[in-house]
Amino acid sequence: MENLLNIFIKSIFVDNMIFAYFLGMCSFLAVSKKYKTAVGLGAAVIFVLAVTVPLNWLAYTYLVKEGALTWLSPDLAGVDLEVIKFIIFIAIVAAFVQLIEMVVEKFSPSLYNALGIFLPLIAVNCSILGAALFLPTRDYNLAEATTFGIGSGVGWFLAVVSLAAIREKMAYSDVPKPLRGLGITFIIVGLMALGFMSFAGFKLPF
Amino acid sequence: MSTEVIEKTVKEKEALLSKKRKALVTNPLDSDNPVTIQILGICSALAVTIAMKGTLIMAFGLLFVVVMSNIVISAMRNTIPNRIRIIVQLVVVATLVAALDQVLRAYVYEQSKSLSVFVGLIITNCIVMGRLEAYAMGNRPWDSALDGLGNSLGYAWIIIVIAFIRELFGAGKIFGFQVLAKDWYVANGFFATPAAACIILGLIIWGLRARNGYSED
Repeated sequence: MENLLNIFIKSIFVDNMIFAYFLGMCSFLAVSKKYKTAVGLGAAVIFVLAVTVPLNWLAYTYLVKEGALTWLSPDLAGVDLEVIKFIIFIAIVAAFVQLIEMVVEKFSPSLYNALGIFLPLIAVNCSILGAALFLPTRDYNLAEATTFGIGSGVGWFLAVVSLAAIREKMAYSDVPKPLRGLGITFIIVGLMALGFMSFAGFKLPF
Repeated sequence: MSTEVIEKTVKEKEALLSKKRKALVTNPLDSDNPVTIQILGICSALAVTIAMKGTLIMAFGLLFVVVMSNIVISAMRNTIPNRIRIIVQLVVVATLVAALDQVLRAYVYEQSKSLSVFVGLIITNCIVMGRLEAYAMGNRPWDSALDGLGNSLGYAWIIIVIAFIRELFGAGKIFGFQVLAKDWYVANGFFATPAAACIILGLIIWGLRARNGYSED
């Protein structure tokens, strides 16, 4: 349990998707103009990460990894499908996002109106595929992988919402013309990343 | 009927490198740059730029994937059903990236290790998907190839400039060779952090936009 809590805290603050790895930057910059849309996309990212990371973990452990197919028959112990892991991961993410979109549209129109327009964006959000691609390099079990997924999502949410809040306030400041918009946003993200660096090496005391 | 067809093909025939086609390559280098103007492909622009060597490999990798996927999708554009086009595009791109990953592992193993997940993340690099959606879905293969070439070069020069600054000041090195002598230059660790990449990119965008006279809102 402590281990899970540690992974959770770590993936939110220390290994923050945005400030430590710069994953999901494109949509991060695109939707952080308004606080409200930022909250919408942030929530969608948490949700999709919380589901696709465990799914991808299952696919990786029981399908792709070297010797993963032994549960089918012991003869397959030497099969290594690492080569196609990209295709498997992205297919799972894209198919899942499409599925969610259709289900939400059918059963909950109000949620669809809130999240719907963001869902297609998410299929190509690097943070989703990035989280999946981190799995082979880290030795997580299913519970840890799920925690990692949720934590990364919360970290992304936190980042996008705080940037949106800063940008809304910035509407009142007099930024040099060519620096307006993207330029000053990058400098702010840099400063925020510096702030988040103070979490590096942070560990729960148990 | 048949004369019509012939006329049409004649009309569409264009010099292999006409003015319009040259613009396809040169515009993204400057006034229509994917990174500074279109805001595409930011993730990797920031994450891989800590040293020149890895950055060059990344730039070539992206060039390969963008040009090839543009050609393939453009050739198939009339047969792809509209509703599932994103998945089709992703599968094509993922296949190309898997091939690229194998090549990198075979020939530059150390570098491919240090690029870690970012080679795989070319799949979701917005430049690839952005060009496929915006250009390759509606244009012929040769034009799409040039468009891909221009955009990936536009991306390449930006990340190479960032990597140059970061490696020079962060480690005093260029391509791993000590350029600033160690006895008088103390490596500035700030440039090695991701935060520095953001701030440098912000300043580059400022400079380029001031030069182009482009501004948001």
